Amino acid sequence: MASAHINTGTAGNDLLANYTTQPGVHDEMIGADGAVKPAWRDLMDHLGGLSPEGLAHRFARGDQYLREAGVFYRQYDDTVSSEREWPLSHIPVVLGESEWAEIGAGLVQRADLLEHVIQDFYGANDLVRTGQIPAALLGQNPAWLRPMMGAHPKSEPFLNFLSFEIGRGPDGKWWVISDLVESPTTTGFAIENRVALTRVFPNFFSNANVHRIAGFFQAIQQRLFDLRGKGTGQIAMLSPGPMHQHYAEHAYLARYLGLLLVEGEDLIVTEGQAMVRTVSGPKPLSLLWNRVPAAMIDPLELDAGSLIGTPGLLDALRRRTLRTLNGEGAGVLETRALMAFLPKIARKHLGQPLIMPNIATWWCGHAAERDHVINHCEQMMVGSAFSTVPLMADPGTFVFDADKQGSFPDHVTKLLQTSGRELVGQETVTLSTTPVYENGRLVARPMCLRVFLVRTAGGWQMMHGGYARVSGGNDPKALAMQRGGQVADVWVVSDRPVPQTSLLTPTADAPTRAFSEAALPSRAADNLFWVGRNVERAEFNVRLFRAYFARISDGVSPDAPILRYIRKRLMYDVSADVAKIAERFETPLYQGLHAATKIGDRFSPDGMKALKDIVQDVDRLRATKVEPDEVLSEISLLLRKITGFSGLVHENMYRSHGWRFLSLGTSLERAAGMVRVLRELGRADAPDGALNLALELGDSIVSHRARFSVVADRASVFHMLALDGNNPRSIRFHVSRANQQIKELPGQTGGAVLGAVAQRVLLLETQLATVSTDKLTGAVFDQIEAELWALSDALTETYLV
Amino acid sequence: MEYDIRLVLTHTYHLPAGNGRHVVRVVPRALGQRQQLKLSMLTITPQPSEQFDSVDFFGNQTTTFVHADVHSKMVISMACRVAVQQPAPLLDFPLDAEQLAVELSDLRDMGPLSPTHFLGPSPRLKANSEISAFARDIRRERDSVAATVMRLGEALHGVMTFDATATTVDTNPVDAFKLRRGVCQDYSHIMILALRSLGIPAGYVSGYLRTIPPKGAPRLEGADAMHAWVKAWCGAALGWVEYDPTNCCVVGTDHIVVGYGRDYADVSPDIGHLRSAGNQTTAQSVDVKVVA
Repeated sequence: MASAHINTGTAGNDLLANYTTQPGVHDEMIGADGAVKPAWRDLMDHLGGLSPEGLAHRFARGDQYLREAGVFYRQYDDTVSSEREWPLSHIPVVLGESEWAEIGAGLVQRADLLEHVIQDFYGANDLVRTGQIPAALLGQNPAWLRPMMGAHPKSEPFLNFLSFEIGRGPDGKWWVISDLVESPTTTGFAIENRVALTRVFPNFFSNANVHRIAGFFQAIQQRLFDLRGKGTGQIAMLSPGPMHQHYAEHAYLARYLGLLLVEGEDLIVTEGQAMVRTVSGPKPLSLLWNRVPAAMIDPLELDAGSLIGTPGLLDALRRRTLRTLNGEGAGVLETRALMAFLPKIARKHLGQPLIMPNIATWWCGHAAERDHVINHCEQMMVGSAFSTVPLMADPGTFVFDADKQGSFPDHVTKLLQTSGRELVGQETVTLSTTPVYENGRLVARPMCLRVFLVRTAGGWQMMHGGYARVSGGNDPKALAMQRGGQVADVWVVSDRPVPQTSLLTPTADAPTRAFSEAALPSRAADNLFWVGRNVERAEFNVRLFRAYFARISDGVSPDAPILRYIRKRLMYDVSADVAKIAERFETPLYQGLHAATKIGDRFSPDGMKALKDIVQDVDRLRATKVEPDEVLSEISLLLRKITGFSGLVHENMYRSHGWRFLSLGTSLERAAGMVRVLRELGRADAPDGALNLALELGDSIVSHRARFSVVADRASVFHMLALDGNNPRSIRFHVSRANQQIKELPGQTGGAVLGAVAQRVLLLETQLATVSTDKLTGAVFDQIEAELWALSDALTETYLV
Repeated sequence: MEYDIRLVLTHTYHLPAGNGRHVVRVVPRALGQRQQLKLSMLTITPQPSEQFDSVDFFGNQTTTFVHADVHSKMVISMACRVAVQQPAPLLDFPLDAEQLAVELSDLRDMGPLSPTHFLGPSPRLKANSEISAFARDIRRERDSVAATVMRLGEALHGVMTFDATATTVDTNPVDAFKLRRGVCQDYSHIMILALRSLGIPAGYVSGYLRTIPPKGAPRLEGADAMHAWVKAWCGAALGWVEYDPTNCCVVGTDHIVVGYGRDYADVSPDIGHLRSAGNQTTAQSVDVKVVA
């Protein structure tokens, strides 16, 4: 491809000297005159003053932030999902304030037009009646939700949050590529990109007149409050769950905006009112920011196969006891074929043409348009009329191969003629390019912008910034965007200093974090409880494993009575094979991690990282064949990491109900583990060394020596590990701790009578406080163990289902 | 013709189930002169904690009810009296496929009767090349739209065998067509797909069928459970025509309409969702007696 060298007009550093643009393609940084555009000059001057090492150092700082914040990109290959590093381009896309205002004018006009259209689609259907929209566009459209017909009051706006993908053509004019209505993703990532870039350019950024984006999120919060109106219920974000591509963003936005993050199974509809099932009982829900595909939200009225919906949710929406940020069913506006009709509707409804046009689109259900598409095949993309994915991002899109002369292949022409109603043609567009930093130099790559709008009391407000997608390749044809690439922050720069709202310290009058601190969904509590239990079980198993291999490495034969006894009594009769023994602690760790990922919004990124780190170790240990000597040191390391994780959680987690359930899981599991140890190792027929092993497993050798300074006997060991209320390894200690936690749970101690769970744990605590060591027979340990599991079941029944 | 209709749907849960929510469509529609609903009663045991009626997009009467408490058995009973009139004899209009296509592309109505909803695809029915090929083979160039409907229904009836054990309520019509076996739901779904592939709007009708035939007439297939048949739009002048491919006949006074929809998903008699760890079994009995 031919290229033009740029006369930089600046200090002539290497970065700009090697930057080449493509002929016939607009570039964001370099103007038509070959000079750096004014909006970019300060940034390029700054970059030009940095050495390659300085740049690398700064970029690494941004990447480090993203890693630590837990921002990653989830991708799917067939059935497997994996995480990879967030592909942030370290060079922002920079636009001047006045140009941004022009974009804003176009998109605000479009937002108003879309509001008019969606009110009609679920209201009078005048657009069809007057021939402005073909009936088939709704009648055959799976995104048009019949159960929502007539449900939305005309007096209330249908749309409150929109985003648009726009691109810039060779003439410098912007085009709308797609309307993103149903779940305008990447809003949350705009914050993360911005924070990362402030780490990359700390000194520069604080002095540059770059518009802040925090105000936009305050406007979203305000809008959520306004929409809830007089309702007193919760405001929540409804997510499809951790396996969804954008779950990380849902969790991030929910945390940032102070919303409860819920999934379909957290909700129940009673007497027409949607409720969140929490550990404090069902709590009314007034407003949802829904990120579940609309067709999946209610299996009784929409997709019956949906496992992520809530039965009855549409009923609550129709009764208006529950609202959503955008009215459900608004996703029909994303229908590709609609773009063919919006320009005319704009002229008729608004009395003026669209300020910013959308991609030229022809619906092939009418003969004239179909013929136009067939006759102009060399500049057409052809695809489904009803799809809501942008044509260029849809693998099902057919694009005419420009190198071949003539016409569409026969099967495409035939399809257009027989199934025209289901197809559209869209003009292939050429995108502008923006610089990205690759291998030490700047390279021009095609890009498009996401722009976000929220409705406020005073009209639509646009985010002064956004989210750019930058192509991984050179092809400026829009289609290339489907093949991955990078994302970039968007800077809107002013000639004057800008207001300094910060993302991290919201202003005092903002309604921050006010929504839902108290409510803990039962599902999240359940997951926390199981994280606690599984991590504790893993720790117990690792201790056991270490004790076992410490003896092996001391030269004790695997056939020695104590080791056979361990395998038979404490390892479920496992064989002497190392790998088999390893499985005993892998499984609970995996389960613990799995449970933890389901509550991404409640768990700190540090905690998640520590947990992932442990699982990687377990993996590595399983994959390599290590000698018993090395096993021991590996295991000790693992044990330190697990206790480190427990400490991290214990030290850092806010003392909420969530923490209580985690702590309860840990305590019940640890108490039950110790019951098992004492029952088995305290038996009269246990081999020599069994009692010392018990002390070792209970990490109590030192304290035992300090207290008793004699050889361990059954009474001293039982005292130490079962009944000593000051030993954080003893059964009694953890039953008491469980009692303290249960007292704080809803409904246990408020009334004149203790709750059922509180009664149970008090009985057990009393038993342990009053029993003497000689009464601790195998049968009593059995009874205590049964009581611990009964307590776990009672908790589950009361709070977690 | 006047009928007393009784339906009993019994759900048995092998483990107790709670938080059950059901939407049922089992009460016959009021269709002007053609079908009058004289009285009806819907009884649910155990007594639901909530219950309300509404009308869905297609005008079908739906009843929603909730069982908050756990239960191991739930029974839905419906009893009603319906009067059905013999429709006017079918007058054919010589409207061909091309004229139909023109009428369809000029449609400006989004109401529940508009054919635009019935050109597909719909929740359960996605275009299928085998069924489309079958439809193309059967169709004759000179046929009117209404004649195509009959011809297709007869042909389908000819190739299929009624078999209550070959398919279930969740069977994909494409699989049933491969087997050439199935029940009224499969017959109807296949015929709808075939008609839509020819550009003829087609929908699904659920309802009841007279149990004991008039003297001398054969007993109709599918009378001991809820039945289903097809409606097809034959142009603005003729409108909707109902055809029963399972029994190979144009619908007359033996059929009592409960629901209209695009396919089974729009009119399923009983759709429910509940919390239970166990399986469930469902039994259905229908009795349609002539009273006058």
